[in-house]
Amino acid sequence: MLRKLLIGTALATSFAFSAHAADVKEVQMLHWWTSGGEAAALNVLKQDLAKEGYAWKDVPVAGGGGDAAMTALKAMVAAGNYPTASQMLGYTVLDYAAAGVMGDLTETAKKEGWDKSVPAALQKFSVYNGKWVAAPVNVHSVNWLWINKAVMDKIGGTEPKTFDDFIALLDKAKAAGVIPLALGGQNWQEATMFDSVVLSTGGPEFYKKAMNDLDEDSLKSDTMKKSFDNLAKLVKYVDPNFSGRDWNLATAMVIKGDALVQVMGDWAKGEFHAAKKTPGTDFLCYRFPGTDGSVIYNSDMFGMFNVPEDRKAAQVALATATLSKSFQSAFNVVKGSVPARTDVPDTDFDACGKKGIADLKKANEGGTLFGSLAQGYGAPPAVANAYKDVVSKFVHGQIKSSDEAVTELVKAIDDAK
Amino acid sequence: MSTVAETQIKLTPEHDARPGASVRSRLQDLLPKIVLAPSFAATIVFVYGFILWTIYLSFTNSKTFPSYDITGARAYQRLWRWTFESDPPSSWYTSITNMGIFGFLYILICLALGLFLAILLDQKIRGEGVLRPIYLYPMALSFIVTGVAWKWFLDPGLGLEQTLHQWGWTSFHFDWIKNKDFVIYTVVIAGVWQASGFIMAMFLAGLRGIDGEIMKAAQIDGASTFQLYRRIVIPLLRPVFLSAFIVLAHLAIKSYDLVVALTSGGPGGSAWLPSNFMYEFTFKRNEMAVGSASAVIMLMTLTAIIVPYLYSELREKPR
Repeated sequence: MLRKLLIGTALATSFAFSAHAADVKEVQMLHWWTSGGEAAALNVLKQDLAKEGYAWKDVPVAGGGGDAAMTALKAMVAAGNYPTASQMLGYTVLDYAAAGVMGDLTETAKKEGWDKSVPAALQKFSVYNGKWVAAPVNVHSVNWLWINKAVMDKIGGTEPKTFDDFIALLDKAKAAGVIPLALGGQNWQEATMFDSVVLSTGGPEFYKKAMNDLDEDSLKSDTMKKSFDNLAKLVKYVDPNFSGRDWNLATAMVIKGDALVQVMGDWAKGEFHAAKKTPGTDFLCYRFPGTDGSVIYNSDMFGMFNVPEDRKAAQVALATATLSKSFQSAFNVVKGSVPARTDVPDTDFDACGKKGIADLKKANEGGTLFGSLAQGYGAPPAVANAYKDVVSKFVHGQIKSSDEAVTELVKAIDDAK
Repeated sequence: MSTVAETQIKLTPEHDARPGASVRSRLQDLLPKIVLAPSFAATIVFVYGFILWTIYLSFTNSKTFPSYDITGARAYQRLWRWTFESDPPSSWYTSITNMGIFGFLYILICLALGLFLAILLDQKIRGEGVLRPIYLYPMALSFIVTGVAWKWFLDPGLGLEQTLHQWGWTSFHFDWIKNKDFVIYTVVIAGVWQASGFIMAMFLAGLRGIDGEIMKAAQIDGASTFQLYRRIVIPLLRPVFLSAFIVLAHLAIKSYDLVVALTSGGPGGSAWLPSNFMYEFTFKRNEMAVGSASAVIMLMTLTAIIVPYLYSELREKPR
């Protein structure tokens, strides 16, 4: 009886599945760059590929956003239905590479000289076991201040060079009746700001040890406690309504002049651009005080999957076009980030972009280019999220002192390892 | 299943007697099974199959992808330890205490409010046809819409507080949605707003089903209105309470989207429910084993509550 039922079912369901082969002249791409500027930037790539005769096909993602895309990707890969490439972040690339589903672009990389032009810190994520598995699209850096120039002039502020300068500047803004610090109280924003605070408080050596190597002694050191104390100082300058606010709304507060400054990655520049603001005249971009010379980065990558032989040509074309100087320049001008290779001319970039490119080059050569822990480039996602939990609980008062925060941080990171 | 099998056996001799009609009648026999088969299989695989798979995964060390080597109950040990970390609260502790607060208040207030509204609407008032859909309508909205609308309404900088400040009541203060200790109650408010109208409709249907003769008899015997409801109507509504409880309990357990839309997790993750914990750990933190273990614990907790209740309500009562 049951068997009959099952056989009937098997027959009925088998019709639902049908083999489907991808067109070999097609690039199947999973990404979540759908908003105005990003979509426009990606169009450049589409056109480059169209010139070589490759059609572009977006893999639809219900709900948009990176999380939904990663869930969709997981399902596709589990079903053995690989896209040509997918937008991916940091450790995700390595996770998939370890699972053995990534392709091999080493030949193309050699031919194009990526080994030399892409910063070594980025290659940690785009090269797995000596094989190129991903093409970095851009480099974002998170240790930036975004300041409304009109407000800055009004309160007579100057570029803060140290953390104490910064606090003095915030005090000035407070006295003038503007919200000093625009912050969105979501855990990743708080943690992104804390990345910069740690670098500023402890210096490059300390940042690397604590936030990239996860060295336990550094994590529970007095320097880390001082970093938490500094974070607590900064949080005093946000408006009472900050909790849960989206990052772009916080940026809008700076754009409108309701707030003086936001600590945020350079994707915030895209918002300034969209509001038709120019750097230098409408807004200012400074490195987070005390972090000049170092860059905390994260990077968008196109992870390349191990597609069947007949689809490889399209993949190589995509990878080559992605790392071509023209696309790197055109895309990053719009996106607010800087090119993922250090030999792209900065002629088309604005003042902030030029500074970003120069800083990246300097940091790459000086060994002060560090992965952002909050953005998932310092440690695997489990650790990064445990870190965000602790920072956020500290900001919102569940964790009451910096002593407690440090203990919790060590415990949470241990748990997540 | 057993009844279907028995009929088949009974019919078999007839098939043999009339071979010409046998194909047709056999087909007729099979038809219900063929029609049912897809949904039966879908349930077996996608509900029970995946429950088993989740239980299996919770005992492995699955991270980003499922891994199939059993490595013991480490995920459960971690959850067990987190259960008692209340200061500072671990995410799991926050999730389960929130579940307790939310589940209890949500079910209780929805039942009470739903019953109260239904009794009021049942007083043969004018315009019932207009009022009923007004209360029922929120149920037609998705949790996301409810969440976003209430998020704006409760936001001190946009909604209620701001409006009252503009009207001159500047001392008014209502920032629960930004407060780590109270944010879960805003989830209760939004949830109750959405579901109580539906519960009202269920109770209204129940009230309409009560025999008017009983009520009249009670009134003749001199029962007050309060006694009437307390002693007669509410006991008669017992089956409705059961249905309403089941509906509310499962809505409460799966209120993932409401929390996300309303609070995006709350300040420092203080509005998480176990469903948020499960999603967060499985898909964002690549700790599939821990996520699976939390899902299993959710299922067991739900089973522990629902099964005895169903059993006590549905078994044959001795007459």
